[in-house]
Amino acid sequence: MSKKTLVEATINGETVEFLCEPRQSLLETLRDVLELTGSKEGCLTGDCGACTVLVEGRPVCSCLMLGVEAQGKNITTVEGLATNGVLSVLQNKFLEHAALQCGICTPGFLISAKSLLDRNPKPTEHDVRYALAGNLCRCTGYDKIVKAVLDAAAAIRSQGEGKAAAR
Amino acid sequence: MAASTTTGDFKVIGTRPIRPDGVDKVTGRAKFGADYAFPGMLHGKVLRSPHAHAIIKSIKIDKALKLPGVKAIVTSKDLPDAENMLEQSGELTVNPMHLSMNILAHDKVLYDGHAIAAVAATSPHIAEEALRLIEVEYEVLPPVMTVEAATKPGAPILLKDLRNNEEGDKPTNVAQHYQFKRGDVAAGFKAADYVVEREFNTAMVHQGYIEPHNAVGIYNSDGQATIYCSTQGAFDVRSLSAHVLGMPVGKIKVVPAEIGGGFGGKTTIYLEPLSVLLSKKTGAPVKLVMSRAEVLRASGPTPGAKIKVKMGATRDGKLVAAEIWMAYQAGAFPGSPVAAGALCIIAPYTVENFQIDAYDVVVNRPKTASYRAPGTTQAAFASETVIDELAEKCGIDPIDFRIKNGVKEGAPQIMGPPFKRIGFIQTCEAIKNSAHYKSKLTGKFRGRGVASGFWFNAGMQSSAMVNIHTDGTASVVTGSPDIGGSRASMAMIAAEVLGLPVTDVRPITADTDSIGHTDVTAGSRVTFATGMAVYEAAKDAVRQLIERAAKVWEKKPDEVEFRDGMLHAKGDGVPPISIKQLAPRFPRTGGPITGRASVNARGVGPGFATTVVDVEVDPDTGKVQILRCTIAQDAGKAIHPSYVEGQMQGGTAQGIGWALNEEYFYDDKGTLRNTGFLDYRIPTCLDLPMIETIIVEEPNPGHPLGVRGVGEVSIVPPVAAVANAIYRAVGVRMTQTPMSPPRLLKAILKHRGATTTQHSAAAD
Amino acid sequence: MHAINYDAPTTLDQAVSILKTHGENARPFCGGTDIIIQLRAGVRRTEHLVDVKKIKELQVLSFDAKKGLRLGAAVPCIEISESDVMRRHYPGLTEAAHLIGSLQIQNRASVGGNLCNGSPAADTTPALIVLGARARVVGPNGEREVPVEAFVVSPGRTVLKPGELLVELLVPAPAPHSSDAYLRFIPRNEMDIAVVGVGAAVTLDGDKVKAARIALAAVGPTPILASKAADAIIGMKLDDAALEAAGRAASAACSPIDDMRGTAEFRLHIAAVLTRRVLSIAAERAKKN
Repeated sequence: MSKKTLVEATINGETVEFLCEPRQSLLETLRDVLELTGSKEGCLTGDCGACTVLVEGRPVCSCLMLGVEAQGKNITTVEGLATNGVLSVLQNKFLEHAALQCGICTPGFLISAKSLLDRNPKPTEHDVRYALAGNLCRCTGYDKIVKAVLDAAAAIRSQGEGKAAAR
Repeated sequence: MAASTTTGDFKVIGTRPIRPDGVDKVTGRAKFGADYAFPGMLHGKVLRSPHAHAIIKSIKIDKALKLPGVKAIVTSKDLPDAENMLEQSGELTVNPMHLSMNILAHDKVLYDGHAIAAVAATSPHIAEEALRLIEVEYEVLPPVMTVEAATKPGAPILLKDLRNNEEGDKPTNVAQHYQFKRGDVAAGFKAADYVVEREFNTAMVHQGYIEPHNAVGIYNSDGQATIYCSTQGAFDVRSLSAHVLGMPVGKIKVVPAEIGGGFGGKTTIYLEPLSVLLSKKTGAPVKLVMSRAEVLRASGPTPGAKIKVKMGATRDGKLVAAEIWMAYQAGAFPGSPVAAGALCIIAPYTVENFQIDAYDVVVNRPKTASYRAPGTTQAAFASETVIDELAEKCGIDPIDFRIKNGVKEGAPQIMGPPFKRIGFIQTCEAIKNSAHYKSKLTGKFRGRGVASGFWFNAGMQSSAMVNIHTDGTASVVTGSPDIGGSRASMAMIAAEVLGLPVTDVRPITADTDSIGHTDVTAGSRVTFATGMAVYEAAKDAVRQLIERAAKVWEKKPDEVEFRDGMLHAKGDGVPPISIKQLAPRFPRTGGPITGRASVNARGVGPGFATTVVDVEVDPDTGKVQILRCTIAQDAGKAIHPSYVEGQMQGGTAQGIGWALNEEYFYDDKGTLRNTGFLDYRIPTCLDLPMIETIIVEEPNPGHPLGVRGVGEVSIVPPVAAVANAIYRAVGVRMTQTPMSPPRLLKAILKHRGATTTQHSAAAD
Repeated sequence: MHAINYDAPTTLDQAVSILKTHGENARPFCGGTDIIIQLRAGVRRTEHLVDVKKIKELQVLSFDAKKGLRLGAAVPCIEISESDVMRRHYPGLTEAAHLIGSLQIQNRASVGGNLCNGSPAADTTPALIVLGARARVVGPNGEREVPVEAFVVSPGRTVLKPGELLVELLVPAPAPHSSDAYLRFIPRNEMDIAVVGVGAAVTLDGDKVKAARIALAAVGPTPILASKAADAIIGMKLDDAALEAAGRAASAACSPIDDMRGTAEFRLHIAAVLTRRVLSIAAERAKKN
């Protein structure tokens, strides 16, 4: 066993310190060391996206990043999407649209979708499908997922318009 | 049982409430099998054969045992002898000896990836390193990878004790021959005006669930074992593990975790007995999780098949004869779903004369397992494209052809009693009248294809309990793991019967100690059979509520009725009370109220679906885009329409993947080359359009709410529908799956060459 | 995975020193999207993974109208796809970078890493080759530049010697009336490795081709610079006949294998099809410049 390294990172807004071996991926570190089991292992080759997390606001496959690389980084996992337990618009839209069946891919999709909507508040169906192409789902055929993301985009925009109007 | 009311004025059923486990699933709180951790837990890894076919001469584990961090290693020597017999386990027929041999190879390895040994260590990395230190000596044998190779005279024999019902005591790779006959096939073909005969080959494909197999085993020194795992059937895991481990069923408790997809592939066992075995040896909980490569190499894909279909019709479009020969790859051990395929292949149609010969053949591939309507998608690819050709020859629209020959109430099945009320024709008509089918498809190299499918669906055993809490809310306890959103439907059924808002009913999936025997979540049976048990359990709770109210009012039970969620005293002006009002008084009026029911569900309604697909083909590369897709399926009664739609869309997407790009690539040594999601290509979000759904509701007379199982049949039509669409786009009839670009391009070029020659000849 | 050590040097000198010390037992990495998979599978082995993302020279992305492009080896592909400058001046290279896997992969993977992995199927390598890119390599014996078409020597192996590090790609400024394009064929719409990839760069003189370069991926043991295919169209108008000729010559330059992504026969056909298509796109773009 190689020596563990002490890593300090910000995860879901909290500063955390943890120990991990260099050979442990960020995914393994999140799940087995930090007990954040929301990010899932589906393939370990970056082909399914079930392990997707945000690093400095950008979606990456945490299975293809080392835990030691998290040093000094800002990381968001599915556990960080709700605010004080209140679900985000995106999370609610997934539930409203039944955009999940078994739910194993859902954390990864939520992260990728959040990243899309953070950058592109008015995505087309094609934009959504391209942004989610790195997340595999075997249960839903993606239809309701795409609808949920488009609906979330619209809801977030009208929330924004509502706030603007209120000023 | 009372006949179902189809036009029930339902308050909850048919609505779309948020699923009760929703918050856990979108926050990452839901615990799937690999999410479990226990104090002192060790990690296990499995050593797997690199050879497709070999004799194991020796296994040396001493070096591996010395690696610091390694706590135990097991091989088949650590398993008791299992019986060589056939046993029914849910919808599967199981041979305990073969099951044991698949869990850990005995004297032979039979496929690339076959498990040989398992290691428990303090970290998964150390366990992996230990695998490299285990020394196995093999005598490599020639692999047999196809049904042709397996049935050639002189073919290497996989299982020396395997015999079939026809070849006497001759060692063979053909495990079974099934035959289904009716009428006079020769006479039928004589009467036909058009006959189409084609041969098909379909590649082995995998269910492709995103979550790999997993198990955490905890063996206590008192002989009790607990297994936490993602499974479609905790009771099956229990009984199958008991066989393999030589333990009594009652000493094993199986706790089903949330499951990340199954589609039939998680109805059997791989890691579960290993986790218990290693826990027994180490005294610690042991977790095993498969890698994606292990899932593809060593879990249970669905067979590749060779199918010959010959069908005849009279010029008015009536099917008069069918002759079918089908051979499926069972994998290393017998038990492919070829019989199911045979019973489904022409099931949507009334054909008076047919003969179907079906063969179960072992080959050096992983033992196949169920995959959504097992055995039927392969079969429908063959039959539904032949039917498309016949319809074309008769000059009849492909949907009208199906309506003309389609089964209705009273029509005979291939085997068994005639159909009761069914909705096949209605699915055809729904597609015919759909916006999709009515729209014009314009543009070059575009085509539209239609196909239909049938699946029996299953009944089997389920148990349920409905507990009324002292605040008047309820929980519904079943033993059916939720793979598609079924727990919402269970809550809805109970809520409907009890007259409660659905948010007041909490559904639980219980472990094998906490609920009565429940067969697997498969066979499209949960909403049907477990739903039936929930319905009956809720009705039982209502009976008890009536008795309790009667007791409280000092009346007789037949003087009390339950209506609209309220208990009413017949006659005099006693004000009605709600469950909410009565419940706090339970402890002092007789005790808790729990409704119970166990069913061996009869009255199964089969599933029918019809699908239309528009494709565009790039004639220079053979690449296919799916432009538009619509599926119509008979659900009987859709309890939660969103999740019924979900089943329809999911099965359709899997069928499209099967049609276009999914296949197992083995090299000539029998080694699997595509062991990951990079080269085992399932559709991405960018590969599919929206999937339009039409829920047809022809209530199933065998179910109190009219429910028909919906989970499976949607995967049956798409492969043929895509093939039929490709034909209309570029004029080639594909007889092989997947219809991947290299294959399709080759067919297009061949067709182009042939038609160019024809034109040149015509011009001379 | 077997046990590894991890270093994250912050200067080029530090990196070269570590690589020199450990020689064959050290490997630099950026995005990790190839090497981590390979280490897990046992296809490559190393004892020291050297994270070079913190070295500023490897993160440079700068364009000068005369001097051209400096593309640091660690710049993630997403920065290229999001760069207006890249899209305007090197649309083909940008396309290629945008095709490497999903967004998750593009946020980590780099063009430099794609090149150093040495896969014949790498998408950005042909795009670099047709632009006449050079690789600047730094090592214990100093610095050298290698034309990208000579960088990959066999599947998975490059000219890099133990101790050497790819620092940046140097791409000449595009001449007037030039442009580039990259197309690849995959069976799905995303997530696949190229079955065939073709990059083309053309410079026009009126409506005739003044200069051209064509390079292909996944049709030989290394990326292929198809000089005869380019020669076939010099001085010609890019009409159907010229495109046909280029396509045939490109196909002839290939030596593909049968594998699970496609047969050799299929690849030869697709190489010709994509060559025709990518030349048309590059020429259309060149007309506008």
